[in-house]
Amino acid sequence: MDPLSVNIRNISKTYRDAEALQDVSFRIKRGELFGLIGPDGAGKTSLFRILATLLLPDKGTATVEDYDVVRDYKEIRKITGYMAGRFSLYQDLTVEENLKFYATVFGTTMEENYDLIKDIYSHIEPYKKRRAGKLSGGMKQKLALSCAMIHKPRILIMDEPTTGVDAVSRKEFWEMLIRLKGHDITILVSTPYMDEAELCDQVALVQSGRILSVDTPQNIIGAYRRRLMDLSASDLYRLKEDMEAYEHTHSVYLFGQKLHLTLKKDVAEEALTEYLEERGHRDLNMKSISPNIEDCFMELMVKA
Amino acid sequence: MKRFTGFVIKEFNHILRDFRTLLILFAMPAIQILVFGFVVTNELKDIRIAVLDQSGDRYTRDITNKIMSSGYFIFDGYLESTRQIEQKFREGNVKQVIIFEPGFGHKLIREKSADIQLLADASDANTANLVVSYTSAIIQDYMMDLRKKTGGNLQILPEIRMMYNENMAGAYMFVPGVMALILMIVSALMTSISITREKEMGTMETLLVSPLNPLQIVLGKVTPYVALSFINAVTIVALGYFVFGLPVHGSLGLLLLECLLFISVALSLGIFISTMVDTQQMAMFLSMMILMLPTILLSGFIFPVENMPDILQWLSCLVPAKYFIIIVKSIMLKGTGIAFVWKETLVLVFMMLFFIGSSIRRFKIRLE
Repeated sequence: MDPLSVNIRNISKTYRDAEALQDVSFRIKRGELFGLIGPDGAGKTSLFRILATLLLPDKGTATVEDYDVVRDYKEIRKITGYMAGRFSLYQDLTVEENLKFYATVFGTTMEENYDLIKDIYSHIEPYKKRRAGKLSGGMKQKLALSCAMIHKPRILIMDEPTTGVDAVSRKEFWEMLIRLKGHDITILVSTPYMDEAELCDQVALVQSGRILSVDTPQNIIGAYRRRLMDLSASDLYRLKEDMEAYEHTHSVYLFGQKLHLTLKKDVAEEALTEYLEERGHRDLNMKSISPNIEDCFMELMVKA
Repeated sequence: MKRFTGFVIKEFNHILRDFRTLLILFAMPAIQILVFGFVVTNELKDIRIAVLDQSGDRYTRDITNKIMSSGYFIFDGYLESTRQIEQKFREGNVKQVIIFEPGFGHKLIREKSADIQLLADASDANTANLVVSYTSAIIQDYMMDLRKKTGGNLQILPEIRMMYNENMAGAYMFVPGVMALILMIVSALMTSISITREKEMGTMETLLVSPLNPLQIVLGKVTPYVALSFINAVTIVALGYFVFGLPVHGSLGLLLLECLLFISVALSLGIFISTMVDTQQMAMFLSMMILMLPTILLSGFIFPVENMPDILQWLSCLVPAKYFIIIVKSIMLKGTGIAFVWKETLVLVFMMLFFIGSSIRRFKIRLE
């Protein structure tokens, strides 16, 4: 059996005014949890829609489970679970009715695949008589996932499933995804949250329609070559401005309540401290740290 | 099939849970037909009447007084000769002229029978109809009184003539017209909105990424509305019959079948609209523009098609309601069968096939 689940070759997609995807290629192995990471407008949705047979690529080809996304779209639609960016739920139907509807649409029943969704659905089952429109973001997300899973798809495509969902639900959601891997389902998930990338088997970093890197999170972090510093002071914003003006700065960006900084060459910490104290920064604090995936992404962006 | 049933159940749930949809579906038809009915045929008030009294006796004066004091009419004056009648009607104020034959009272007593002629301006057919029937009723009333007093079996015979519109085109026109309008709105507007709503809510995206084919989606959407619109059609016919006494001379079965056909045309139009637009607002706007206005203005509902400029007459051939109104009028008022309306029926069938065909061809299996 070919272990390849998704094979994307040189896909390009242009909308009237903008290039959404430029020459995108990568492969996803069967059963993998694959993350497509990138900021808003990077082309994540376009790529997922092409894989879900909702959009036609301008150039290039892609296959899902050996089916061509253009020619064999009908076959792909039978084996795909798709969760759109806005959860495609009928707000005026109850939780149970939504799930039943999607089950019948895919020619199955709730009972048939209950095992698969039990883990997820059990969280919202107490509210099964409630209308979907009255659910919280986290519950909507779980219901949408249940609906996308109800026909036991071989590939699950989820477009930003955690956007607009609270932190606790986000965490629960990822735990569910990781448990789903045991069911031999290829899972594609896109997210703007870098911290979620580290939970994937493979991630593709995407920026302005280009793939910057495809690898395991560990390898992406391992490929990071620069010395990364974590910097803070009493006036963070002025600190950022001054660091951007600093001649040896390679990159500097906000990271929570701190700055992450890389330098073009190894400048002594003392020289840097001196530069900043001259400009009146107080409570200066700097230390070397190891990079996380977001730092890698920033680095790749600077390179691109 | 199970998929289809599931879809239809879901649609019914949508409809039955949305108060506004229910209102449009069921309250609007009843309200419209009643409003139209009563606005068009409401009680008479201050209708000007002229009298040509060629007898000038006690009885004619009594009758004139009785009519004028009824509260519905205003006495415009006596006419001198028959030549003035035409002129009076042309001025437009007088809606009815009452003519007593010469020697009216004399004949009534001697021959126990006399004639009154009621001339009505039927360019406004509904009003003319009412004016004449009110006047006749008053005369009838007078005759009864007179019989009691004199004990004789005398007769006053009103002879009615409608001027300018002998066959009363326009009377009852509102019922077929309103029926066409309501079925058009309910069917086309509601389906186009309900399909575009799925697009707006993003659920269409998920439906597309499912094994459902366009035909299943479209039929699933439409089936509940066929049922509901049909209930509407029956309601309207019943209201026409029980509230306005509008007869169904022809076959009721044929009438309902034609309604079903027209509903299908309207629904296919609604689907067609929804394939052209992406938002509920646009769907509503387009439905109003290309369905409601032509249905009201060009179908012959309010303005007779024959009186329109040529270009509008040609345009009116594209309006499905025109054919439906012809069919309904023929069946309800003239009592004709399919032999007389098969051409119009065929036109509607072709329209339906055309719109369904192009909708399915235009239905996007993808998002672009």
